[in-house]
Amino acid sequence: MIEFINNIQNSLIYKNFFLVLSGLDNTLLLLLISLPIGFILALLFALGRVSKITFLSRTIASYIFVIRGTPLLVQIYLIYFGLGSVKFIRESFLWYALKEPFWCGVIALTINTVAYGAEIFRGGIQSIEKSQVESGLSLGFGKFLLLRKIILPIAIRKVLPSYGNELILMVKATSLVSLTTYMEMTGIARKIMAKTFAPVEAFIAAGILYLFLNFLMVQFVKYLEWKYNPHLRLNN
Amino acid sequence: MFKFDKLVFGDAGWGDEFLIATLMTLLVSILSMGLGLFLAILTVWAKIIQNRITRFIANFYTTVIRGVPELLVIYLIFFGGNAVVMSIAKVFGYNKYIELNALTIATIAIALISATYSSEVLRASYLSISKGQLEAAKALGLNKFSIFFKVISPQVIRHALPGIGNVWQITLKDTSLISVTGLVEIMRQTRISSNVEHSPLTFLVTAAILYLCLTTISGRVFKSLEVNYSKGFTA
Repeated sequence: MIEFINNIQNSLIYKNFFLVLSGLDNTLLLLLISLPIGFILALLFALGRVSKITFLSRTIASYIFVIRGTPLLVQIYLIYFGLGSVKFIRESFLWYALKEPFWCGVIALTINTVAYGAEIFRGGIQSIEKSQVESGLSLGFGKFLLLRKIILPIAIRKVLPSYGNELILMVKATSLVSLTTYMEMTGIARKIMAKTFAPVEAFIAAGILYLFLNFLMVQFVKYLEWKYNPHLRLNN
Repeated sequence: MFKFDKLVFGDAGWGDEFLIATLMTLLVSILSMGLGLFLAILTVWAKIIQNRITRFIANFYTTVIRGVPELLVIYLIFFGGNAVVMSIAKVFGYNKYIELNALTIATIAIALISATYSSEVLRASYLSISKGQLEAAKALGLNKFSIFFKVISPQVIRHALPGIGNVWQITLKDTSLISVTGLVEIMRQTRISSNVEHSPLTFLVTAAILYLCLTTISGRVFKSLEVNYSKGFTA
């Protein structure tokens, strides 16, 4: 038994696991900044998308079209390599953020998730029954109160499953930031591979961690769905 | 800032290189989408027959691949694929060194990813076929092949087309990741050109426009396919 445990502790996957684990905080940091900002901006963009101001609606529609039509990798490279090559950006205050791969990653991930999230929320907002809005209006709700008390709660509740999907896609998308020399879990796994020439062990260790992270995300979304759908609970 | 004059065709610019790279992206997407659909049909079949082992394998495969970043899957296949193929070849008594070329690796990696998404789409549309239809087909005395090709497939295709269109867009965008394997598709060509010309912005914008064109055009194609396959069902 002791020999067996020693064998595991000496195995490459076990050692790599803890090395990759040291990159977990960098991955989480990317998510903790880009997801909340992305959520709020996505809501605002969705409201702009369904608003009656044609110019605003069209602008946001074309933004969503461009972001959803190009790979995230292109967006990350555009911000990290593309903007960094422009002289007046290098001389402006923007350079304080754009010279760091971390902030480039945060900006790219946020831009990406806002486009997908806005489209999801738009679906939720447009699927609200007219009668609910009308009953709110008949109670004398103003525009803001209607939004806060009726439209947003119902819309967010409805789109929770698909927004949960987007959150999981975002967890996976953080691995692309490693291509801009930012050392999160995938970056560390690649470094281990270059050192030990044992690719499978390195990437499986990282894969297990990503799976675990996504598992937590799924549980979190399930909890939110349970919390905000009290009328659908079986026993209450 | 921009050097769009470098995008002319011929020796002076990168136009023809980018054209070939775009075709390579399309080729990889189509190949891996096809292989992915085949794998997806196998996965769905493994999930719907009443067999615990095949269902467990299929569920394990889809859960793991969908829970792990695409980049990791590609790295794993790119760096670990050769070893796997060689160990399989060893079983059959072939001991020489085998090297898979970049296109094969890219196709397999993207297909494995795209198959998990396709299988969900196909499974949902299979389940949407009402049981009565299968019973009716059996009552008419159709054999298994006829049931599959005459009753199930036409309906699955019609139900699944919008979802498959989405998977195609994802697959097309995922091919940008295989630039890490050295296969010269749009992203790799972008890196090469911008290193030579010292103007990454030009070529990155070009790449973005190329991807945008590809997704838009293929989106239109899928729309017309949908219209074609739902003939007689729309008012």
